[in-house]
Amino acid sequence: MDSTVFIVRSIIIFVIFGITLLIATYSTYAERKVAAFLQDRLGPNRAGPFGIWQPLADAVKMFTKEEFIPAQANKWLFIAGPCFAMLTALMASAVIPFGDTVQYEGQFIAVQGIDINIGILWIFGIVSLGVYGVMIGGWASNNKFSLLGAIRAASQNISYELAMGLSIIAILMMSGSLSLRDMVNQQATPFLGVSGLNWNIFYQPVGFIIFLTCAFAECNRTPFDLPECETELVGGYHTEYSSMKLGFYLFAEYINMFVSSAVISALYFGGFNFPGQAWVASLLPAGALGHNLLTSIGVVVFFGKIFFFIFFYMWVRWTLPRFRYDQLMNLGWKTLIPLAILNIVVTGAGLLFDFKPATWLIVIFVVVLAVISAAQPRKTMRPQQSTV
Amino acid sequence: MNTNYLPSDYLPIVVQLLAALGFIVGSMLVSHNIGPKRHSKKKDDPFECGIPTEGDARTPISVKYFLVAILFVLFDVEIIFLYPWAVNFLDWMKESREMAIAIFVEMILFMGLLLVGFYYIIRKGVLNWNQ
Repeated sequence: MDSTVFIVRSIIIFVIFGITLLIATYSTYAERKVAAFLQDRLGPNRAGPFGIWQPLADAVKMFTKEEFIPAQANKWLFIAGPCFAMLTALMASAVIPFGDTVQYEGQFIAVQGIDINIGILWIFGIVSLGVYGVMIGGWASNNKFSLLGAIRAASQNISYELAMGLSIIAILMMSGSLSLRDMVNQQATPFLGVSGLNWNIFYQPVGFIIFLTCAFAECNRTPFDLPECETELVGGYHTEYSSMKLGFYLFAEYINMFVSSAVISALYFGGFNFPGQAWVASLLPAGALGHNLLTSIGVVVFFGKIFFFIFFYMWVRWTLPRFRYDQLMNLGWKTLIPLAILNIVVTGAGLLFDFKPATWLIVIFVVVLAVISAAQPRKTMRPQQSTV
Repeated sequence: MNTNYLPSDYLPIVVQLLAALGFIVGSMLVSHNIGPKRHSKKKDDPFECGIPTEGDARTPISVKYFLVAILFVLFDVEIIFLYPWAVNFLDWMKESREMAIAIFVEMILFMGLLLVGFYYIIRKGVLNWNQ
């Protein structure tokens, strides 16, 4: 790699880094605004117009709070926990293709931190390291609530990682590549005559549902936020944390939401491709300018998709109640893993018999089952009426 | 598609690592230095909803969590076996259909064995959280 490319890559990485932090900061604001909207409240509106300086005020508060370390805690592990959670969250965004190539002085430079052919494996590796941050922090606190929260988090994350890994395999079979850029580029072809709409969601609805569910569980978001469920565990693994160390844990969650939204958009919703992009490209001037304009439209579209999924996380948070722990584990192990394996087999069979949307058969099957079971008379579970 | 990757292509990862480390260490140092610090014996105890702390948190926990961890290791290794197979599936399809079908059947056998083990652990009640 020559030095010009390396410098450009480094600049792109710093820009992506800054954008990641900015989006994570403003996700906290968006979370409170969305929550307020869904609950018919106003939300933060004191700091600046519409409260848009609220995240900065929060950051100042986080920095100036007392940094508390319990006397019985393992001091260095206690500090290492949130740092590790933050580090793993920040490292994952490197391989996400945020846009097509930029043409500059005859060279095509991909809008991506690192263009490597194992992109999705990199993300999986980094995300699965994230559990250490939670586990170390919860264990080092030497608090029973923290320990319970940390163990729940570890066990939940590793359980849902299996289903997540399996749901990706169907996509890999269809794309034949581990590179996120290749997967996105393959979705640029026309679908039903509309260019840039050949999204994997039309072939992999089951995989998408599994991946989305697992992404919620991996980010410890409601309805799977048992590691920090405040009604029974005070604060879960971050009970003892304060100041910026608590901030890191919360911040890492928002960065993970951003990264997982980006991965979902790239894998299933065409990444930076948008419907009718061939038509838009024909309108733009030819050459470097037109190419770069199209790339920037693609980047904007990609961020639009990411924002939709971040909103979706918040929407679900105020819609679904929390699962019970055995329900969570049963869903992960007894439903999602067998479903993901079935998805792989059906996808493989579909590819062999040249029928790519084969997994819709699973959707139809599940819907029919649900209708049949809903039509059956229910066993009533009414408690015995007392005769007193 | 670029298939020749040099170790130097991974160099930007080091840049990202340095940026992340710089951000983390920087904000940790700042928050360490500008926050107040007041200690007292009661305050430094682990939080236990206001009641006096009883023992510490280095207690044994349910073996279920350990079993889940062991099962994760087993299943994750098997999933990793599936990855190279899945990536090469289209290439085998292009080469010959018969070969692709043979390899597909082999993988179904592999996953069948996986599911037999899976059925066994479910019947053993490893994932039964109500007991």
